[in-house]
Order: sequence, then structure tokens, then C-alpha cells
Amino acid sequence: MSMINYASREINCKLVYYGPGLGGKTTNLEHVYAKVSPQTRGKMISLATETERTLFFDFLPVDLGTIRGFKTRFHLYTVPGQVYYNASRKLILKGVDGIVFVADSQLERMEANVESMQNLYDNMAEYGYDLTKIPFVVQYNKRDLPNAAPIKDLQAALNPGWPIEDAAQQKVTPDPSHPGENLVASEGGQWVGRAPYLEAVAVRGDGVFDTLKVVSKLVLKTLS
Amino acid sequence: MTGAASWSFSENDFKQIQTHLQAFLRDSNARCALLVDRTGQLVATVGETPQFDPTAFASLTAADFSANDQLAKMIGEPEFASLVHQGEKESMYLADVAKRVILVVLFDQRATLGLVKLKARSVVESLNKVFEEMFNRVGTGGAPQKGLLEGAEDEIDKLFG
Repeated sequence: MSMINYASREINCKLVYYGPGLGGKTTNLEHVYAKVSPQTRGKMISLATETERTLFFDFLPVDLGTIRGFKTRFHLYTVPGQVYYNASRKLILKGVDGIVFVADSQLERMEANVESMQNLYDNMAEYGYDLTKIPFVVQYNKRDLPNAAPIKDLQAALNPGWPIEDAAQQKVTPDPSHPGENLVASEGGQWVGRAPYLEAVAVRGDGVFDTLKVVSKLVLKTLS
Repeated sequence: MTGAASWSFSENDFKQIQTHLQAFLRDSNARCALLVDRTGQLVATVGETPQFDPTAFASLTAADFSANDQLAKMIGEPEFASLVHQGEKESMYLADVAKRVILVVLFDQRATLGLVKLKARSVVESLNKVFEEMFNRVGTGGAPQKGLLEGAEDEIDKLFG
């Protein structure tokens, strides 16, 4: 739920990093916190257990710049990835403007990824939000690990696409991050849309800002 | 609804909110009143300038309120319309406004909880009206700020290099 404050001339948007436990959601935020100048970011809040597992959420506010004289302020949240924290995870989705799904590329985490993606769809549906219609980006993290699954397999499992029925949207839309690939295309007579995806190694910071850029741009474009 | 509804408020709305809250602070002896929307965004601060990071405070307030909302449902209550966190010197009173915003009152030993609660009840009523009018004006969904960023694609592109 983006909010425009004409008194303080700010546009506030909420981004949520979702995904399975230990997938790198908090690491994404920590990298943004470490690299952004203190003038453009606020305090990072982590509600975590003693073993640094996210208990409720991590929170980081970041200013991304000014548009039409309005400061664009993004509130970045992570959710607890562990399955049994669903009640608190769902609360964080309230009023979300954009979602980053941080998938763990490791082969043995495939099932956890699929389960978390299903949980995301379910929780969004409970709020009446349609994931195919709001800014949504998939980040394949831990690409440096030897047991990382091929992107093709991850895409097939986590981002297989959704049918596009609206004729106005049935036009080939190239994926700006992957030349030669499309976000919207006709496949076997059926128009299919997919979420943009990015590869990352969040512990090194690779792909972290690219992901943030893609999703926040999508959010701002939905306002224009 | 495809996504979360958006809303905006004008400088005039802000002035009305400020007037109500200033009168409330005067009557209750509380130090500071903040309005936070349910997604954790700070809407307004009136009274003494808080010494903490207000953005972080707002996100924690919304989470606190949402968590308590769920707890209320678990014990068979539709909601907890207000919450109190009482400390040795500093305390907080939180109340729901128009189901979309949370009023947070910070007070110390100069004020009593009873008086804060009593005065909060009437300010919440006034704020309910202000916010309901605001939401009715912009509608419950859609993007009321369309005009603001319309045609700003180039600027958005530039922002992200």
C-alpha cells in the first residue's frame, strides 16, 4: 500500500523479501545496509532469535532518490522463512507493494523453495492480492555453490508462468535482464507471463542491488 | 483487489490531524503522538520530537499492533482496539483509527493512563472522521496518486541508471 505524503513530499512503498529459511533474505538487506550511504538509509531492525534466525522480520528503510520533487522511500522487510512462523510471516505481507522471492539455488533446497512459493501464493490470496498483478521478482541466490541447480530447472519449478488472458497485455515483452528471453510470450498458442528473475550471490553482494532496482522500478511504474 | 490499495493525504488533511492531536496532547499531558499506518509507515508526529528513529519505531508499532490483532482473534475477540505498554517512567498507548491507522501516544509520569485513555477516546473519534473522509474521497483502492507520477517513466528510468 504505497502512501503519498504531500506534507513531507514523500512516496513510501513497502517491499517484502520472501523465501525459504536460510535462503539469504536477511543477507540481501544486510548488504544493502552496508553499501548504502548512511544519509540515504535508516536503522536496520532485526527481530531475530539468539541464533540469528529471523523471528518476526528485518526492516530497513532506504531512500532511492527524488521523482517530481518527491522523495521515494522504500521500506524493505524480510519474513521469517521457517515454515512454523507462518502467522507472523503473513502479517508482514499486509500492504505490500512489491515482492522479491529469494530462492536457494541448492538442489537439496528445491522442495523448500516450492513449498515457500506456494505459501506465498496462499498468503497473498488470503489478503486478496494477486501475485501475478503486483511487482514480483524472483532472485536465485547462492549461484556460486557447486550444488546449485540449473536456472532452467529453477525457473520450471518456481517461475513456470501464468496464463495471460487480457488481450491488451498479450504482446511480446523482452526481459531486460536476459537478452533473448521474454517476460511475456506466446507459448504453444497460450500467452504466458513470468516474473523477472535475477541470479545472485548475496553474501558477496552480487545481484543484490540489481534485484532491488528491478523490483523498485516496477513498483514506481505501477504508480505512473 | 490485485494488490494493496494506495492512499495519499494532502497538506490540509495533515493540518486537521495536527490540530486534533495538539489539542489532545494539551488535554492529556502526554508528550508526543504519532500516527502510523498499518503497513508501518509514519504518517504524522505531533508534540515533543522523539529521540529515537521514528521510521523504525513506526514499523515496530505496526508489527506490534498486527501481532496483537491476531492474538485477539485467537482468544475470540475481533480485535484489541487499544493497547498499553507501561514502563517505569515512559509508557505508550496505542489505539486503532479507522482500521487503517494506529495512534501512538507517548507519555511519562506527568500524565496518567486514565486521562490519556479518556482523552484518546475523543481524539480517536475525531481522527476516525478525518480518515474516513480522506479514504472516501480517494476511494478504497486504485492509485489516487496517478496524476503525480503519470508520464514520469523517464524520470524513473533515470533514477535507476
